Amino acid sequence: MNKTVNPNELTSDDDYGPLYAARKKVYPQSVHGTFRRIKWGLMAFCLGVYYFLPFVRWNRGLGAPSQAVLIDLPNSRFYFFFIELWPQEVYYFTGLLIVAAVTLFLMNSVGGRIWCGYLCPQTVWTDVFYAVERLIEGDRRERMKKDKSSDPMKLERISEIVLKHSIWLLIAWWTGGAWVLYFNDAPTLVKQLITFQAPMIAYIWIGILTATTYLLAGHMREQVCNYMCPWPRIQAALTDEWALNVTYRYDRGEKRTSVKKAAELRALGQQVGDCVDCYQCVAVCPTGIDIRNGPQLECIQCGLCIDACDNVMAKIGRPKRLIGYDNDINIHRRQEGKAPIYRIVRARTIAYSAIIAAVGGIMIYVLATRTLLDINVLHDRNPVAVKLSDGSIRNAYTARLLNKSGHDRVIAIDIDGPVNATIHVVGADSVTPDRPMIVIPRDSTSELRLLVTAPADGNPEKSIPVHFHVTDIGLGEAASTTDNFVAP
Amino acid sequence: MTDHHNEIDSVSGRSTTGHEWDGIKELNTPLPRWWVITFYLTIIWAIGYWIVYPAWPLISSNTRGVLGYSSRADVAVELANLDKIRGDKMVALGAASLADIEKDPALLALARAKGKTVFGDNCAPCHGSGAAGAKGFPNLNDDDWLWGGTLEQIMQTIQFGARSGHAKAHEGQMLAFGKDGVLKPEEIVTVANYVRSLSGLSTRNGYDAAKGEKIFAENCIACHGDGGKGNQELGAPNLTDKIWLYGSDEATLIETISQGRAGVMPAWEGRLDPSTIKAMAVYVHSLGGGK
Repeated sequence: MNKTVNPNELTSDDDYGPLYAARKKVYPQSVHGTFRRIKWGLMAFCLGVYYFLPFVRWNRGLGAPSQAVLIDLPNSRFYFFFIELWPQEVYYFTGLLIVAAVTLFLMNSVGGRIWCGYLCPQTVWTDVFYAVERLIEGDRRERMKKDKSSDPMKLERISEIVLKHSIWLLIAWWTGGAWVLYFNDAPTLVKQLITFQAPMIAYIWIGILTATTYLLAGHMREQVCNYMCPWPRIQAALTDEWALNVTYRYDRGEKRTSVKKAAELRALGQQVGDCVDCYQCVAVCPTGIDIRNGPQLECIQCGLCIDACDNVMAKIGRPKRLIGYDNDINIHRRQEGKAPIYRIVRARTIAYSAIIAAVGGIMIYVLATRTLLDINVLHDRNPVAVKLSDGSIRNAYTARLLNKSGHDRVIAIDIDGPVNATIHVVGADSVTPDRPMIVIPRDSTSELRLLVTAPADGNPEKSIPVHFHVTDIGLGEAASTTDNFVAP
Repeated sequence: MTDHHNEIDSVSGRSTTGHEWDGIKELNTPLPRWWVITFYLTIIWAIGYWIVYPAWPLISSNTRGVLGYSSRADVAVELANLDKIRGDKMVALGAASLADIEKDPALLALARAKGKTVFGDNCAPCHGSGAAGAKGFPNLNDDDWLWGGTLEQIMQTIQFGARSGHAKAHEGQMLAFGKDGVLKPEEIVTVANYVRSLSGLSTRNGYDAAKGEKIFAENCIACHGDGGKGNQELGAPNLTDKIWLYGSDEATLIETISQGRAGVMPAWEGRLDPSTIKAMAVYVHSLGGGK
């Protein structure tokens, strides 16, 4: 954006000019072609998932939420179709984040900033907002003219502006509205929102996300990518010479001439570049850069310049993909008269894929083999041991029993460790005095006070391990944990 | 002062502030407009805040603000809400019998939670935060009870205390046999060794068991019972078990017999409301020693 300066001519900091540069508003032109169609398709898919997923139902039985994807904060549960996660299982998200990060790296090593160009919410919503702007105010030239015009505004222009911002705000509002639906039963909340009976926090979150969507997609746009997002910086460090990026094939394009001149020169049998300097690639760019300057931080690699250039090449009867997914290696090979080679499968992509497969595999394994019954035990800290009147020793423990299944369980608690030890559960029925049985309601935890008593003789004085076994009487499912039995 | 505001620096092409030090002039680099606007907005916000909320200190009070907001009133509302939320549960706790509370997991959890907090505030100074007790202050986790370990007995002790001065308090004390001249020093040594022998502890060389038994029968069984099994009506401890409130070594026993013992447990009725005392009784009972 700043003027180009030859570093050798610089003598002091002042010569760089001010560090602050005012934004130049970008007016991307509409374009048709393969990549535009891919972007429309992905946009429809992403927004469709985001806006409508909360309404997908999933039957979990009576008393459980029937929303397929639900973050139930008051009850500390996360539901994702057939998966139900408890707060202590939040480490699955660590795995998910690792997979997400490495997938991003993999995408980058295969096709550059695929995420930025096609999938990033900032790109998707900005694209929607540009589409609205184009629909109401016209294409690039019209918008530039309208913005530049110093005439007093007429009613028509005012109504255009009002309409554009209204539609933007409506989309932004729907975006915020969809967000809160992930945290509540969607149909119920929609009803409450319409009748103004929803909790205040829902309106506050809708307000916040309406504001951020409207600001980020309507006003800040490419500045988010250029100044706020860390990924362009990281991406540049993670790429390699084989990664395919949206590239101007300067081996084909240079030297640039006009259409007429090129035809004349070709007729004379001279070497001429295919680029006719039509600036279509610049006109369609949503970040307002010139791809022909080479790889740039601002380039989100959306591929729209490929479409624009292809359309021009078709018109002037030259081969397509003067701009395309390519890399420097192949440009040099073509310059040397060699055939281009593409290496999708290479050490880097294999490594990323392996990490994704390994982490994903571990996650699936852990998820598939996790127990729906568990016990955690905490030894009383004060007093650690109690001497009883007959000289025997008692240790008290706080046990937390987890029943993650959808049905109530009857469980029995057994111990093994100190010689002749007995266990008692405070408050439990003493029908089976030596083997306490407890009911744990579905999808909940029960806190119990366990008292383990052992005679002093036969047990060593220092601490010895004690194992707690819980068994579901009906299903036979079992879990166990170990703590210590301590003498006073 | 000369007006330098329109002076343009020839190197950078920007205006200067007019400030000059040793020939060096400062460039005019204004704050970004958004920053300045935000700054003025915060000032406007602050003025609005002064009007609406309590803000300025006066000599003896402060400006109240037109909303009449006060954080103390907020606390009162929160506390009232808390009472409302707890109301039903505490009513249920007050209505249920002690035994039923222990059998109902929800009530037990509530009683234990409430009991634990109240115990920490009121009982821990003597009995310890985990109710493990100390010399002279009973361990409430074990199964040895001076005044009885059933739910009802525990509640009674909490309500009225022991030697607390309350009309219904537990009375009875260990007499000072030495200080009051009832027993001679050598008799005290003998009976102390006899008491040790009751729970199988070792005795001093040359100790006369028959004499010890005789002294014990004449002076102690009135309260401690035949064979020293104790009497919960009088708070006389069982001398045959392994638990000693003050200690089982000879010196301590001699001190106990000579000087007497009369530890005080305060009465909590009137200081704690009935449902809290109930929760306390259940909590102490559930520590593990309850009968």
